[in-house]
Amino acid sequence: MFFEDTIAAIATPPGEGGIGIVRISGSKALDIAKEVFVFGSKKNQTFKDRYLHYGKVVDEEGNIIDEVLLAYMKGPRSYTAEDVVEIHCHGGIIPITSILKEVIKKGARLAEPGEFTKRAFLNGRIDLVQAEAVMDLICAKTEKLAKASINQMEGGLSGHIKRMRERLIDIMAHIEVTIDYPEEDIDEVASQSIRNDINHIVNDIENLLSTAEHGRLIRQGIKAVIIGKTNVGKSSLLNALVKEERAIVTDIPGTTRDVIEEFINIKGVAVRIIDTAGIRETLDQVEQIGIQRSKQNIEHADLIITVLDASSPLEDQDREILEYLKDRKALVILNKIDKPVKLDRKQIEELIGSEIPIVETSLTLGKGIDKVEDIIYKMFFRGELEISDDLMITNIRHQEALNKARRYLLDALEGIDNELPMDIVSIDLRSAVDSLGAITGETVTEDLIDKIFSEFCLGK
Amino acid sequence: MRLKAGDFDIIVIGGGHAGCEAALAGARMGYKTAVFATNLDNIAMLACNPSIGGTSKGHLVREVDALGGQMGLNIDKCFIQIRMLNTGKGPAVHSLRAQADKHDYHRLMKSTLEKQENLEIIQGEVTEILVKNGRVTGAVTAIGDIYTCKAAIVATGVYLKSRIIIGEYSVNSGPNGYSPANRLSDNLRDLGFKLQRFKTGTPARIDGNSIDYEKMIPQHGDKEIIPFSFLNDTIEREQVPCWLTYTTKKTHDIIRENLHRAPMYSGSIEGVGARYCPSIEDKVVRFSDKESHQVFIEPEGKYTNEMYPQGLSTSMPIDVQREMYRSVPGLENVRIMRPAYAIEYDCIYSKDLKLSLESKAIDGLFFAGQINGSSGYEEAAAQGIMAGINAVQYIRGEEPLILDRSQAYIGVLIDDLVTKGTNEPYRMMTSRAEYRLLLRQDNADMRLTEIGYKVGLVDEKRYDWFMKKRERIDKEIKRLKEFIISPTEEVLKYLEKKGSSLIKSGISLYELLKRPEITYNDIEHLAGPGELKLRQDREQVEVSIKYEGYIKKQLRQAKQFKKMESKRIPIDLDYSKISGLRLEARQKLNEIKPESIGQASRISGVSPADISVLMIYLEKMKRDGGRDGA
Repeated sequence: MFFEDTIAAIATPPGEGGIGIVRISGSKALDIAKEVFVFGSKKNQTFKDRYLHYGKVVDEEGNIIDEVLLAYMKGPRSYTAEDVVEIHCHGGIIPITSILKEVIKKGARLAEPGEFTKRAFLNGRIDLVQAEAVMDLICAKTEKLAKASINQMEGGLSGHIKRMRERLIDIMAHIEVTIDYPEEDIDEVASQSIRNDINHIVNDIENLLSTAEHGRLIRQGIKAVIIGKTNVGKSSLLNALVKEERAIVTDIPGTTRDVIEEFINIKGVAVRIIDTAGIRETLDQVEQIGIQRSKQNIEHADLIITVLDASSPLEDQDREILEYLKDRKALVILNKIDKPVKLDRKQIEELIGSEIPIVETSLTLGKGIDKVEDIIYKMFFRGELEISDDLMITNIRHQEALNKARRYLLDALEGIDNELPMDIVSIDLRSAVDSLGAITGETVTEDLIDKIFSEFCLGK
Repeated sequence: MRLKAGDFDIIVIGGGHAGCEAALAGARMGYKTAVFATNLDNIAMLACNPSIGGTSKGHLVREVDALGGQMGLNIDKCFIQIRMLNTGKGPAVHSLRAQADKHDYHRLMKSTLEKQENLEIIQGEVTEILVKNGRVTGAVTAIGDIYTCKAAIVATGVYLKSRIIIGEYSVNSGPNGYSPANRLSDNLRDLGFKLQRFKTGTPARIDGNSIDYEKMIPQHGDKEIIPFSFLNDTIEREQVPCWLTYTTKKTHDIIRENLHRAPMYSGSIEGVGARYCPSIEDKVVRFSDKESHQVFIEPEGKYTNEMYPQGLSTSMPIDVQREMYRSVPGLENVRIMRPAYAIEYDCIYSKDLKLSLESKAIDGLFFAGQINGSSGYEEAAAQGIMAGINAVQYIRGEEPLILDRSQAYIGVLIDDLVTKGTNEPYRMMTSRAEYRLLLRQDNADMRLTEIGYKVGLVDEKRYDWFMKKRERIDKEIKRLKEFIISPTEEVLKYLEKKGSSLIKSGISLYELLKRPEITYNDIEHLAGPGELKLRQDREQVEVSIKYEGYIKKQLRQAKQFKKMESKRIPIDLDYSKISGLRLEARQKLNEIKPESIGQASRISGVSPADISVLMIYLEKMKRDGGRDGA
């Protein structure tokens, strides 16, 4: 076959669909499927060509990521004429990206734009007319990707990756200069100091992988809490946002009594909504624990959604609740507008300031819920960031690059520990720099040589 | 009056390091060859430092040798000092460097050319290259002689419109007072070549009798001599020392006070200099916080007192040169015999060449050496031998020999020049090689001798020598794998002495040799004398076993690389017609005309997505039956 490596990508449009498909193509497709997939039926534990298999995708610790259907198409009778596995999971960004990440962890490479079609063509599966379309597709997709990458440049992963790459080139330049100019009076860098530098970068990579803000929002979703007195419509709001057909319900054990957590999908953005126990002064001990938890949840939330009852005047309790909104990202919902309105909107505006949007709804009539979704989306992605599959892909690409670089750096550290000569350690460093540069298409040699000559005084 | 004076298969224009290897390759492969030099007294002249080799350059010399070239054999005959550099580092970056007797080197190379069958040496300045219907047909010299040929190699070094600058003084001259070649530049322009101007420089030559060596640190050669050529396993020779001294604050003050008189800063030099070969005034300006710079005093030969002060290259006026040199410890009373100078010259844009070093525009016209924008004797020789081989392949009507980046430093050098181009004199560096662990100086013969034999450059004697060596090594590796050593008391004692972890059960010598602290010598201690007696055999076995893991890792990367290199692109492809390619990519691809997908991917400004589009386009063309089907 034409290609050696196995590729994977999300095959369905972003976010909104009822199901999402992760497609894997290449010689390792089936091996990867075997690693991530657990059969639903105990009787049938083998993959059959051109059959759908029911089961679960699990991560390395055995946690279930999603319930799925898996299709296996043995090459050449498949779209790309290679072995193809398609995993059909629930729609929405969380399960589909988690599955894609597992697949990549097991050895697939994230597909380039249009790469499945490219393979289909190069492997003789589709005809010439279609090929034209593929080239245009690659072109268009690349521009979008580039745009997404630029979006990320501002304080995003790319900036970090770029800086890390520069630090590595710095280390390399110090090693390489003593190789190419052994007679110049340049101090050899002590392996211990290189070790420390590499360790720092490995740490930074690990931190970046776990905390990158955009990455977190996409991986875990925006964390939103709903607060309000009892009976103002919190549960109705939750139910209205959680449209059954696209919801993935996660019950957090031990918290079901007082805090209910649900994932919803707003225009492709994952939002984790937590319905809290009503906050009010109480002497009931059990309830107090619940309230305690609510308060914690409020503290850690990315967004606070406050529900007020428009049909009754503002009470002290409401005022207390509104206190929580100070200096926070929040949204106030005036519910029950279908009833005679007794709440003074101006009074609330005075209390919360002009920064916090107010939406009027009638959740029982289903009125205003679109607006709530719209506002939540805009609050987090004010049009600056287009949360689309493209952006996610760049994100995964960055993570892939970081993971690769991390592995090479660990190899380099091992080399240092085994007292290998620095020029050999440098080979792993070069691979790490190459992995980081792959995103932007930068190669190491020129940058390295520029660095050597700008930092060191050399020559005859 | 222009008269036909001769007919050759190959004409080589220039008798420097590129020209000599090119001419020898052509003649040795059986083709009637002529080499032209403006003056036969400057054949293979070491115009700058009297040394050959150095980091990565030593690798190039070994590669030229492995392919059947001459540089290694001749330097082995005339070095006056030799050292293996970087021995404290890994085997991939060990590099040989020799101090040459520069007169002997010239004489030896001239004599080699004279003795070579099929080769004629002619003194004459070539002023015109004859081209008919896009093919080279001959060359004309200044005195009007016409020589016809099937292929020509331009290896004019730094002689095209060269100008020497010493402070306020400048003169149209080649290095060392030799005549420049003023007319060939214009002819190349007429033929459609764009030219650029580069600059390099050399220090003064000083009288050894006026040096106080007591104030300097001697630098001796290696006790155990490792020669360049694979045909020489060991050499015994008396060696001479070099000397190390340092510039002082006073040196730097003199330079600073006179900066306004330095041509580099007064603007009278237009050529682009190399960052790795800065003049002393450049170093003082760019690294102003450095209080002192190294100066190596190197002898120019056995029968001369002239010394080469490496580190003191300058284009300052002669009075500043004198004052500045005399501020260096040991040089207080130094007498300058030849002044330092900067030299400017015309060179072509190497992007105008194919990977075979043939011009993209004119068939049968090859370029090698400094005219391509490179610098260094070794870089020149490496291009020379390849241009020679490929001129022959061209005449034969066979595919050119192209070494890729995973096969040889020569491949890295030529690919860099042709694919990326250069905007300063290009120097080889080990950091330019991605597959450094595969491209070692110890295995250049393993990589290239068979290739050289197949094209007909490596002779039977060398090939036979190589085949026997390979056989010995394969046999010994097999033996080491099969020989199991037991944890006897004696063995354990020895391992303990070596600081090596003790073995509990039997272990093969092969596994044992993998340990960093265990050498082939140790293996012989433990298991009795091995089969290998020659230094180069033992080194080969030791290195390939000890670094097997890393070598395998690089082999895997190289395999991936090779795949992309093997996907050919027709050279006449019109990229402007390919929809889907970004505009920048179309322009760059049209400029370089890459020969493979791999080469295309290394062009700056061509993205991975462009490469995908290109691959699809090529496949589409293929299915279309070769028609240009955009």
